[in-house]
Amino acid sequence: MAEKLVVCPYCGCGCSFYLVTKNGRATGIIPSNNHPVSRGALCVKGWNSSEIINHPDRLDTPMVRDHGIIRPALWEEALDMAANGLLSIKNKYGGDAIGFFASAKVSNEENYIFAKMARAAFNTNNVDHCARL
Amino acid sequence: MTNSIDEFEDASVFMVIGSNTTSNHPLISSRIINAVRQRGAKLILCDPRCIDLAPLSSIHIRHKIGSDVALINGFMNIILNKNLEDKTFIEERTENFEKMAEVVEKYTPDYVSGITGVEPELLVKAAELYASTKRSMIVYAMGITQHIAGTDNVKSCANLAMLTGNIGTPSSGVNPLRGQNNVQGACDMGGLPNVYSGYQPAADLFVRNKFEKLWGVDKLPEKKGLTVIEMGHEIEKGNIKALYIMGENPFISDPDAKHMHRALKKLELLIVQDIFPTPTSEFAHVILPAACFAERDGTYTNTERRVQLSHQALPPLKGTLPDWKIICEISKRAGFPMDYNDPSEIMDEINITTPSYAGITYERLEQGWGIPWPCPSKEHPGTKFLHKDKFTRGRGLFHVIEYIPPAELPDAEYPFTLTTGRIRPHFHTGTMTRRTAILDREAPSPFLDINPEDAKSLRVRTGDKIIVESRRGSLKLSVNVTSDVPKGVVFSTFHFKEKNINELTLCAVDPVAGIPEYKNCAVSIRRS
Repeated sequence: MAEKLVVCPYCGCGCSFYLVTKNGRATGIIPSNNHPVSRGALCVKGWNSSEIINHPDRLDTPMVRDHGIIRPALWEEALDMAANGLLSIKNKYGGDAIGFFASAKVSNEENYIFAKMARAAFNTNNVDHCARL
Repeated sequence: MTNSIDEFEDASVFMVIGSNTTSNHPLISSRIINAVRQRGAKLILCDPRCIDLAPLSSIHIRHKIGSDVALINGFMNIILNKNLEDKTFIEERTENFEKMAEVVEKYTPDYVSGITGVEPELLVKAAELYASTKRSMIVYAMGITQHIAGTDNVKSCANLAMLTGNIGTPSSGVNPLRGQNNVQGACDMGGLPNVYSGYQPAADLFVRNKFEKLWGVDKLPEKKGLTVIEMGHEIEKGNIKALYIMGENPFISDPDAKHMHRALKKLELLIVQDIFPTPTSEFAHVILPAACFAERDGTYTNTERRVQLSHQALPPLKGTLPDWKIICEISKRAGFPMDYNDPSEIMDEINITTPSYAGITYERLEQGWGIPWPCPSKEHPGTKFLHKDKFTRGRGLFHVIEYIPPAELPDAEYPFTLTTGRIRPHFHTGTMTRRTAILDREAPSPFLDINPEDAKSLRVRTGDKIIVESRRGSLKLSVNVTSDVPKGVVFSTFHFKEKNINELTLCAVDPVAGIPEYKNCAVSIRRS
């Protein structure tokens, strides 16, 4: 059994909890008594947030569309198709023909490099996320 | 938030406007509930709906949807007429007061009552209560921002706080409650079309030169970027050909879903990176499976600007990669390699490029419970509340704001006002909560709240099916008869992909912020 302090994936309150894991699976959640926001409590969404980690619906294979049909692919193939597709659109129409949706659900570090990629690699400021939605 | 969550403990008055706090920010609402019940703090609730906080409120103002500017101008009119303003604060800390006061003059209680539908006496009581202390906190959320006057509504809140000197001190301020665990951070990190990280303007040549040097690129883009909503329009026009979506579900979350459907279908390339299949990923040409929140290290910034480290508790699910690794792989293939061994190295770079995050390191975050920005150096403790002795711009600017009506008012053809939001068991487009058994059991299906008087004239009861229709689309929904919504208003949520309420909402946006007017569109209702 291991416990790691994790920030709750739901609203912006910023509660944290200890995620309990065993044999590579999430098995429970323990609120942190000392955490300044959650103070030993959690809401019903936070309490149940571990259920999605091992959910059978999780995407676990890259997919690519091939002649209109979506099919599983290897990571290399999917990454190549994504990057080459973006590059060819950039080369043909310019970077502003691409839009980038960052995410209010991923970390600061990931948002930072996502926006960096949009601006530095594809030369567009078309980067936004669901802050207004 | 200008202030911190802990400061709720010492507030004397809360003015909660456009926030269904118990549903959407439960742990913050518990602070308000405790303050009212245990300490006798007062709650002014401004919300057209009778939400769960209503029984705790001293004053519940059920103003007409979209009349927030008139309401707050009305409060300021009353405060000025009763000499309840903070003259010293206005003199020493602000500017443009006279121009604002001039406009507010016409917003008398009677005039405001005509726009908002609120009794003049109640307006007076609320204004007096808010101005009665230096520990009044304004708390708001999407209820005031998701309007074409969203920016005006927020500026009005700032006006009211400055007028009474309720800002820059503990337990006061203007406090937006942000709806996603890292929506603050996504904004802070430059996930916006007009700014780099730390809100450094993309239009500023000096900023661009700085990032060109730091990132080692010849030329960063000059042209103004587009918002999510604008990108949707440009895709339909054929100007945007590719979209790379990381962890978002715009087909369900964006207004006017039919428009979004046309846009997503038109794309030459749609890349979707997510943890679950979504209605948006059905349109994708490439789907990249990502690790989830518990499967990687990373920092998140909450609504009070507290940057916290979330730890990897599990390895990424077999077949998935953490988002940061996927981004690096794509960028490398696109000819711009970004080499980071782990997220802490990205934070090292953020420390250098982003002044407000300069002192926020993994080492420090490991030791405590997070650091609220601005944190300009490794010795700085972080900033509990903003605008202490001066505002970021120097003097606080009073904005002159006039009331404008919502974009689509009810008429003979579409006589009801539809307003949308979240409910307690669910979150946003439901991709996570609807896969959680306990939460889905609480609220398994979509519904439309309708007032008993309206239900009577339509001859419908709870559970009956109705057709709700707007100029953009129609849906068949079950009715829930409740006096929680005022007459003429119906409420529903966007959690249910099988009945996407955003087929009805409209794309009208606030001209400054680009936020859609989800809180107000005209609909008709008929029995199914």
